[in-house]
Amino acid sequence: MTATLPGRAERTLMEGSEALVRASIAAGCKFFAGYPMTPFTEVLEHFARLLPEAGGTCINAESELEAVGMAWGALATGERAATGSTGQGLSLMQESFSELTLAELPMVVFNMARGQQDYFQATRGGGHGDYRHIVLAPQDVREGVELVQLAFFLADKWRNPVLVYGDYLLAHTQEALTIETLQFPELPPKSWAVDGTKSGSGLSGSVTPLGVSKHGQPSFGQEGKAQYIATKTPLMEREVRVETGFLDDAETVIVTFGSPAKFVKYAIKQLRADGHRIGYVRPITLWPFPYDTVRDAAAGARRVGSFELSAGQMVDDVRIGVSGQAPVTFIGGVSTDHSGFGMGRMLDVDVIRDRILALHTDRELPVIPGYEEFTYALAPHQQEAAR
Amino acid sequence: MSTHTPRGPVLDTTVAPAAARIVEALRPELLLTQEHHMCPGCGEPLALRGFLDTLSEMGVAQRSIAVAGIGCYTSFSGTMDVDLVQALHGRAPSVATGVKRMKPDAVVFTLQGDGDMVNEGLQEVLHTAARGEQVTCILLNNGVFGETGGHMTATSVIGQRTKNSLDGRDAEYHGYPILIGDLVSRLEGAAYVARGSVHNAGAVARTKKMFRRAFETQVERRGFSFVEVLTMCPTGWFVPTADGPGYMNDTLGEVHIMGELKVDGVVRTTDELRIENEHRQHEIEAALARGGLDT
Amino acid sequence: MTTVSIRSRGTVTIDAGHCKGCELCIPACPPGVLAMSTEVNHMGYRYPQLYAGCTGCAACLYVCPDFVFEVFRFNQPVMSDVEVAE
Repeated sequence: MTATLPGRAERTLMEGSEALVRASIAAGCKFFAGYPMTPFTEVLEHFARLLPEAGGTCINAESELEAVGMAWGALATGERAATGSTGQGLSLMQESFSELTLAELPMVVFNMARGQQDYFQATRGGGHGDYRHIVLAPQDVREGVELVQLAFFLADKWRNPVLVYGDYLLAHTQEALTIETLQFPELPPKSWAVDGTKSGSGLSGSVTPLGVSKHGQPSFGQEGKAQYIATKTPLMEREVRVETGFLDDAETVIVTFGSPAKFVKYAIKQLRADGHRIGYVRPITLWPFPYDTVRDAAAGARRVGSFELSAGQMVDDVRIGVSGQAPVTFIGGVSTDHSGFGMGRMLDVDVIRDRILALHTDRELPVIPGYEEFTYALAPHQQEAAR
Repeated sequence: MSTHTPRGPVLDTTVAPAAARIVEALRPELLLTQEHHMCPGCGEPLALRGFLDTLSEMGVAQRSIAVAGIGCYTSFSGTMDVDLVQALHGRAPSVATGVKRMKPDAVVFTLQGDGDMVNEGLQEVLHTAARGEQVTCILLNNGVFGETGGHMTATSVIGQRTKNSLDGRDAEYHGYPILIGDLVSRLEGAAYVARGSVHNAGAVARTKKMFRRAFETQVERRGFSFVEVLTMCPTGWFVPTADGPGYMNDTLGEVHIMGELKVDGVVRTTDELRIENEHRQHEIEAALARGGLDT
Repeated sequence: MTTVSIRSRGTVTIDAGHCKGCELCIPACPPGVLAMSTEVNHMGYRYPQLYAGCTGCAACLYVCPDFVFEVFRFNQPVMSDVEVAE
């Protein structure tokens, strides 16, 4: 369905997954490989349908392990390529994610997460060794279209994987949109890529996570390669992106990201209207995390809350940012639907507003109706732990 | 095979003879250096020469891309004069898939060992073959994890002693070896499947022809191609280097039968290959007696 | 001992410095004109030495993991005398 409003470009109603895929194609993505898994599945479906039309290739990989390998190969030839899954599928890809960073391959990875329980996986990585991925967390489809294109740019700019962190809501919400191709600064040609034309010339190239190079060419060695990547990582911290609101006089600061951030912002607007001095910090990049912004916001605040749909993961970064200037309270919680795929009972403006207000007025956090039955009870042999 | 001890003076072999031309160079044209870290008696460099020279002879070297797995042979990643993508252990066929889809005119091949391909990444090679990807997978099969010092792999044969099967591979306890070439040959997408060996000069020459047919299959876009090569690993087998070829022929070679397992869609049985091999051996011995092997 | 005259179409050079002494070339040589040295190279390995009677068949090169052989073809075949045990 398309519609044109007066004075605006033609817009098409499409679900988030399709918008992210169309944004990828606008960014020049030529290859995608993936394996179906809710709520990521539609991203694969749209790539399978739209990428060939755009002159690219989408492979229905037989497993996540193979999907990430295929994208690895495509990237090594210098083309823009991506893969994705839910956090569960990304768990299977972690070895590659770590080594892709050492190989300096600019992979874009989509995580349409179940809930928000993959924050650690995204920002700390489940893989081995010292590595970081830039993580972009759009709050809605519209922002997703921009951040996906930014992801491809940043991946190439830094030759480092970039992860787009979405969820069930982002993947499935329908919005009327125009996919505009964004312009980014020009990047140097990918002279590191291999296409076979240098074979047999004495100057053949290699794309490798190892510290070796072709015989006769300078190489780092394993020790040097690890040092080299370790010194690149802090430079990528310059890419921090963050949105803030109502911080000037805020007594209470809420930190929140992704789809739930929109709900939190709405709840805070309602509370502001009632005269409560509450502000928010929304990290757009989960890594690099906006520690400085959180630090400055906490400087004048009496308390800081972290709202996320997990058992409390981002709250660690919030604590690092706050650095003891104010007490930090986790006000989110695990919240999926009965299937475990979608968003649970906590993603509700009324629920969120009650929790923020409880924090703001130094009251105990309300219990989520229905969740008490899932509360872990100590067994007799564990009573020791309660003392 | 020689049976006598040479006599007379040792000839000077440090300088090129007069009035002669080089017919086989010291090292393959596509190797940047002759030096490598393989152990004495290793079979992998013999297979390496075979496929590198084949790429040169076919005139496709300047559009070839290698995807290397992880094993002893990974040290050739830096010395092959071929554009290369280094894959993780077991993942080379998928990486090659991505490369080939983006560079369909390139000759794309993987280089993997049995630990890499048949243990860690078995599904990768099977799926890639089933998909009929226009790539060539090369397996260097020595039935042992050579790089870790001689441990059992999925292709180790029954009775084979390794560091973690000290009394020999026992079918009841360790299970049976996978005949990967046979498995791959059964897949519709696989167009050419062969199992070579480097235990003697004749086998090396025969294996080189297999590389040629495999690469031709890819160039002609007839489907997935696969060459398995049995290679000596005297270090990992704990045998003297000079005994490597004999040990291999008597153990691995009796289970992983050398021959072309699939040509033009026709799959051959193990018995057919055994008979074919006997004929071949007679022919090769006759050729050597005439003074050389024409490859 | 008997001396026979054989016709050779080529010969080899040996880069003994890169040999790792595996001895694979010794049984591979059809005329049996390679034998291991008693001396060792700089790496401590014995290496093959060539005696009269090489035909330039390249079998040694095919089985040499260390790429020490180079095979030459004579412009004109050469006759050489070889001593063989009776």
